[in-house]
Amino acid sequence: MKLSYFPGCTLKNHAKNFEDSALCSLKSLDVEVEEIRRWNCCGTVFSLTSDDLIHHVAPVRNLIRAKEAGSDKLMTLCAMCYNTLKRSNERVRSNPEDLDIINDLMYREDIDYEGDVDVVHLLEILKNEIKFENIAKKTVKSLKGLKVASYYGCYLVRPREIGFDDVENPMIMDELMTTLGAEAIDFPHKVECCGAYQTVDKPEIIADRTNQILSSAIKQGAEVVIVSCPLCAFNLDQRQKKTQQKFPEFKNIPILYFSQLLAISLGCPQDSLRLDLHYIDPTAILKEKGLI
Amino acid sequence: MRTNISRHKIRSPFVAKVEELSGQNLLACYQCGKCSAGCPAVSQMDILPNQIIRFAQLGLKEELLKSNSIWICASCMTCNVRCPKGINIAEAIEAVRQILLRKREDHVNVEELSDSERGDVPPIALISNFRKFTS
Repeated sequence: MKLSYFPGCTLKNHAKNFEDSALCSLKSLDVEVEEIRRWNCCGTVFSLTSDDLIHHVAPVRNLIRAKEAGSDKLMTLCAMCYNTLKRSNERVRSNPEDLDIINDLMYREDIDYEGDVDVVHLLEILKNEIKFENIAKKTVKSLKGLKVASYYGCYLVRPREIGFDDVENPMIMDELMTTLGAEAIDFPHKVECCGAYQTVDKPEIIADRTNQILSSAIKQGAEVVIVSCPLCAFNLDQRQKKTQQKFPEFKNIPILYFSQLLAISLGCPQDSLRLDLHYIDPTAILKEKGLI
Repeated sequence: MRTNISRHKIRSPFVAKVEELSGQNLLACYQCGKCSAGCPAVSQMDILPNQIIRFAQLGLKEELLKSNSIWICASCMTCNVRCPKGINIAEAIEAVRQILLRKREDHVNVEELSDSERGDVPPIALISNFRKFTS
């Protein structure tokens, strides 16, 4: 299998642990991944106003890049990229007049976009194309004994027509963790917003949310929390510093990308995990479980 | 709160603009309050999401434009997926934000952010923050 891949703005820096572990996992699963050439930032958020077509140019341009690579499918890892690219794609597919205007705005491109590229998330590829039972056959290390809470946040599941799982109770990451031998921990805050970009100018809001979300996961017995969004990862991991200052009784918990646990399971080298990029160091718990 | 309601306010260009930008029929809302019940941000808001819709129905322009709620909402879409009337509340809130931003009334001033506010956060945070809070 060969896939076109869109990394987005944060996968090459703060979320290098996400990218490296995901790409190593896909290699172990015999999937050939090709990063699209000349990709640009998707804009990170889908424009919600009816007349604002200019902000759909950036996501649609990336779909042209996928087409140029001969692909009818573009894979993302970041939940925000997934949401933005897919929603813009659906908007132009259902509004041909908007698509004409957007193509006109990109008159210097060699080809037009015609709604002919599908946007998919890595989790969908793992579940629907590679299939979890085939992943299980390729694992070399079981996550047995590790209690993992899956935090989905907003953009993998909402709005309903874009998300690839139940809006209130998604299970795809829980199922993946069970496949890898871990114990999936259910908790009531798995789709509750972390505060997202408020982290720049109102970090105290993030401290409140991080306290609520992570304390709830810890209460259910989680030892680590997994995510699929670099902004959730930043808010839930790095903002634990601020959370600790605001709530002295708050207990720390390591945040991992689901792909890092997948990479461990598939026998990827430890340097692909980039554990140096975490604020709360997951090394101790991973060592305790014999995973690194 | 004491409020003056008038036909003039309800049929004002402001209400029409919110409906146009959001693509929502504001009068479809029957004030069940489910959006506010599930909103993770209500504790920081001065006007709750269902009240934002009510204020918009009544054309209470000034109250909406000066509320902090429009800057607290992070468009997480929880209200949208739960609304029994299919109203996209997040889009209505975006419309009010946009009415201010399109007059260059930015909520975040990039030059005023400290080095640590700018430097410590990943690009995804900065880009989404500026997309939502600046013109």
